[in-house]
Amino acid sequence: MQHVEGKSDKKITLYALSTCPWCRKVKTLLNELGVAYDFEDVDLLNEEEDAKTTKEILKWTSDLSFPLVIIDGKKVIQGFQEEEIRKELA
Amino acid sequence: MIDPSKIHLNPDKILVGELVAGLKKNQERYGYGSCPCRLAFGVKEKDADIVCPCVYRDADVEEFGNCYCALYVSEDVVNGVKKTRPIPERRPKNLQKGLAEDSV
Repeated sequence: MQHVEGKSDKKITLYALSTCPWCRKVKTLLNELGVAYDFEDVDLLNEEEDAKTTKEILKWTSDLSFPLVIIDGKKVIQGFQEEEIRKELA
Repeated sequence: MIDPSKIHLNPDKILVGELVAGLKKNQERYGYGSCPCRLAFGVKEKDADIVCPCVYRDADVEEFGNCYCALYVSEDVVNGVKKTRPIPERRPKNLQKGLAEDSV
């Protein structure tokens, strides 16, 4: 998991793919909002880490779908939902 | 079923460029151009359904106006009547990594 520094009022985790422009848009948005977050580019993991991370993701969602944002361990946002992310982090 | 001649490349050239770069990366590392917005197994037989254009493209463009990654869109999107948006995953759960029985 990589960490990006910023305002840390909320704990934000982003699961992404390095090849996915929508995942990149979420990173750009979080950077613009200046919030701290952890992220993982799941496609760059080795097999063991990948299996562990995939299992973790599936605790939050029933489909393996990216980007996936988890806020404070309860709010789950799938896909580049710009308005929803902005609203949650306002 | 939608007429394939009514399916178009997304007019957002920057997005298309990024998606094509993702497809190229997958082609290089897996040996086939799987969807850049889905986690691939890295085994061609298991990812045959998500090699671009994926088998879900036509149904997704017909129902939502764009495919899963939005590389392909409907005429309404091209004409500005409709916008692209994130859509649900149509790939069956038993074919997804982590959910398929012989995952990873």
